[in-house]
Amino acid sequence: MEGIQIAKESDARGSFCPGPLMEMIRLVRSANVGDVVAVISGDEGSKKDIPAWINKAHYELVGTEEVAPGATRFLCRKNH
Amino acid sequence: MSEKLSIVLFSGTVDKLMAASVLASGAAAMQKEVTIFATFYGLFALRKGDWKQNRRVSKDFEEYGAQFLQAMEAKKAPSWLETLQTAIDIGNVKVKACGLTMDLLSIKLEDLEPIVSEIVGVAHFIEEASDGQIIFL
Repeated sequence: MEGIQIAKESDARGSFCPGPLMEMIRLVRSANVGDVVAVISGDEGSKKDIPAWINKAHYELVGTEEVAPGATRFLCRKNH
Repeated sequence: MSEKLSIVLFSGTVDKLMAASVLASGAAAMQKEVTIFATFYGLFALRKGDWKQNRRVSKDFEEYGAQFLQAMEAKKAPSWLETLQTAIDIGNVKVKACGLTMDLLSIKLEDLEPIVSEIVGVAHFIEEASDGQIIFL
């Protein structure tokens, strides 16, 4: 995800379902329109949960990447 | 798909309280209107400060109870009350108290955790829940 400016990032590893999703919601809420925010989750359920929420809220999933074994980073653009 | 999720919270055991607050969180995130109708032991568990000492677990898995609670503490999982508070913060979640239980046990709204917004009767709950899904815990 090079070249993408991240406005806010939170490492939610060690947080349990639905903690990482809640963290993503909080970050997006506190961001400005146009910002990209990132959350790192170690919770397997987040792989389905966070994209499902982004889709429901009509935001944009910029990408996901494995940052460490069992840890995924989700990038979301607050596009409205 | 239904835009409402209503939970009848009858049990006051930590495992079921966890289930209720996690379900409420997911539903709140997915933009559903969530109502938790706390009745009987579910309402007991919502008395101010009760969550601090509540270590009850369901009878059917009682032998795993201590292990479950220890794992939650060891891994610093948030309490069910914190999880429920988060659900309220991020979405449309209301916790309502059952009038019958309140009357039988002479509990007042101010005796309950502040997340409980009002006292309602069963007919109000049923009416409000009528066009959505209902879960009994």
